[in-house]
Amino acid sequence: MRCDYACGTADHGIARRQFLGGLAAGSAAGIVGGLGALAQPAAAKELATSQKRVLLFFMSGGLSQLESWDPKPKTDTGGPFRAIPTSVPGTHISELLPLTAQQMHHLTIVRSVNTKENDHGKGRFMMECGRRQMAGAKYPHIGAVAAKALAPADATLPGHIHITPGGSGGRSDNAAYLGPKYASIILGNGKPPQNSARAAELTVDADSRRNAFRRQLNNRFTARRKTAETDVYTYNYEQAQQLMRQGEVFDVSKEPAADHERYGKHPFGKHCLLARRLLENGLTFVQVSHSNYDTHNENFNFHLEQVGEFDRSFSAIVSDLAVRGMLESTLIVVMSEFGRTPRINSRYGRDHWGTAWSVVLGGGRIHRGAVYGATNKNGTAVSDKEVDHGRLFHTYLQAVGLDSSQSFHVGGRELPMADPSTTAIDELLV
Amino acid sequence: MAADPKQTHVATQWKHDSRFICCRFDPQGRYVFAGAEDYAIHRFEVDTGTKVTLPEHDCWVRAFAFTPDGETMISGGSDGQLVWWPVADAQPKPQRMVAAHDGWIRALAVSPDGKILASGGNDNRLKLWNIADGTLIHESPPHDSNVYSTFFHPGSEFVLSGTLLGTVKQWDVATGKLVREFDAKTLHTYNGGQAVDYGGIRSMALSHDGQYFACGGLHKASNPLGAVNEPLVELFDWESQKKKVSHISDGKKGIIWRVVYHPDAYLIGGCGGSGGGLLFFWKPDQDKPFHTVKLPDTVRDMDLHPDGLRIATAHYDHHIRISSMTAKA
Repeated sequence: MRCDYACGTADHGIARRQFLGGLAAGSAAGIVGGLGALAQPAAAKELATSQKRVLLFFMSGGLSQLESWDPKPKTDTGGPFRAIPTSVPGTHISELLPLTAQQMHHLTIVRSVNTKENDHGKGRFMMECGRRQMAGAKYPHIGAVAAKALAPADATLPGHIHITPGGSGGRSDNAAYLGPKYASIILGNGKPPQNSARAAELTVDADSRRNAFRRQLNNRFTARRKTAETDVYTYNYEQAQQLMRQGEVFDVSKEPAADHERYGKHPFGKHCLLARRLLENGLTFVQVSHSNYDTHNENFNFHLEQVGEFDRSFSAIVSDLAVRGMLESTLIVVMSEFGRTPRINSRYGRDHWGTAWSVVLGGGRIHRGAVYGATNKNGTAVSDKEVDHGRLFHTYLQAVGLDSSQSFHVGGRELPMADPSTTAIDELLV
Repeated sequence: MAADPKQTHVATQWKHDSRFICCRFDPQGRYVFAGAEDYAIHRFEVDTGTKVTLPEHDCWVRAFAFTPDGETMISGGSDGQLVWWPVADAQPKPQRMVAAHDGWIRALAVSPDGKILASGGNDNRLKLWNIADGTLIHESPPHDSNVYSTFFHPGSEFVLSGTLLGTVKQWDVATGKLVREFDAKTLHTYNGGQAVDYGGIRSMALSHDGQYFACGGLHKASNPLGAVNEPLVELFDWESQKKKVSHISDGKKGIIWRVVYHPDAYLIGGCGGSGGGLLFFWKPDQDKPFHTVKLPDTVRDMDLHPDGLRIATAHYDHHIRISSMTAKA
């Protein structure tokens, strides 16, 4: 297959001009993405100083909205936890989030999410990819879209990182038509990317000579037979070299001991601190997963455990991003695949519930300290401003300055960045 | 009349408009007090089923304890408050309210001499209170996790606390010092895949002869979030602390919410969960129950009437049920 995207034109990465919307308004075409260099050095310079980032928290299993962002105390569905006031007058959240409550002026709660989906896999796909899963159709993860559209083309580190509670690492297959360059690199349990350290028996000199030889062969080959696949191979080798040179970026132990204490010494605390480190080092998209909220049994005990852990680390990173002036350029999203049933089952559990639940946003162009939408008195239905995964996906992109109505141009096809049948939630954006 | 576990049957049931959480007979056996998901306590008269609601707690109530004379009931709520109530007033009103714990109160016990109340909760503390005036006597150092259960030794000299992580601590009541620990870690599971701690010491009991100490909960928790686990009671020799036997359920699913020794020396376990509502009856030298009773709905708590003939159970299906261990009339 011939490579038709590294053609040197300004259009190779994206179908239409002004793709970057608000981010690059007035700064030429603002084209990013693809394997080539930025079309104009001026745009690259601007991006270096105003690069947008995304920090996504995925609450695996389905966080209960009633034990977090939309408590309904003293109702038949409310459960034993109380609601507490926050730093936003009039806004209350669960008592399980006392530290986050003090950061709510940086955040906005969307309490009116209805995805009509109660299946883990399908719900997750919808929330992460912004569309309903369909046979034969693949859509890229929000992280792949962000990496493609936001990461500087000369970025020396991967643009799409997932920090997971366990696992060994590797690379996911979640970039769809954007190509493997934008697929997530998994940092299993916060460990550095796999094989990113030079083998002990290999000297620096030997490694350098080996790579020089590889480049020589590669250049001779690509001069005549350049393809998309060979470009990806080349990119992966070069990225691996960069990773090896910049391995300290992934070493959370370099962060101050006081910050480790503040974030919590449990794995999630470490992962959040690592996320801060990665964002500060210019990585575009970082997803941190927290497990596990699929509480069909003892929902209250398990949310007490899990949300308490989340509260400490999450509030710390929100505060830090605000103090360090990064919130303007960093979108924060807290999502799950769905919420949990208002009905409490016989085992003190709550079950899957995509009908009326909550997502939290902050940073970027998102309004601060707002509550958008509402559920009814006992949380069984959305009562105001219903939204779904598609509208949220558009909103994430708009919040980091992208025009989500635009398309990627891949292999001669125009592929919409987000579901073209819907739009962003404009009221959430400043 | 002698109790016969094999005759156990539901003799009476009282329906409410909310799901029940916990239940206890008062020491004189006149009432069943029950906490419900409607943020209130409900008192049922045993003979008539007449219900009186005590709404003042205004939170989920998970724990009750009574003074031995049966005159005073103390409740512990998910708001961390202790409330003193007159048991038999026509419409009981709070006599005293004490902000006791940061977070839920999960367990209460009154010393057999009626002087001291023990409370345990989500702040990982065991606290001892003067029942006469509500003042704090001792506060334990933090436990390793939430305190799920408390229990007074019959001599009132010792109080015990059991935690989520399966730790059982024996404390000297007079000094507040730790005396010793029992190892009941088999009642705790950490599931790495789900990243959750699960199980814990849900209930404790001592046999009437003082020989056996029982800790109830669950094991075989292959899927904590999905309620895939089996009930378990670990039985220890009180003096030597050696494990005597593990009471199991013969494959049934659920959690032991409460264990109570019958005066006839067998242990009764109230069990609820994915296996429905069950009552188990174990002899101290046997691992499997010598009798099991299936109840109409899952059980969330259980208590034995002072007459030794009746068992109260709190159910998810809005019922308090009174089972009789005598032949059907």
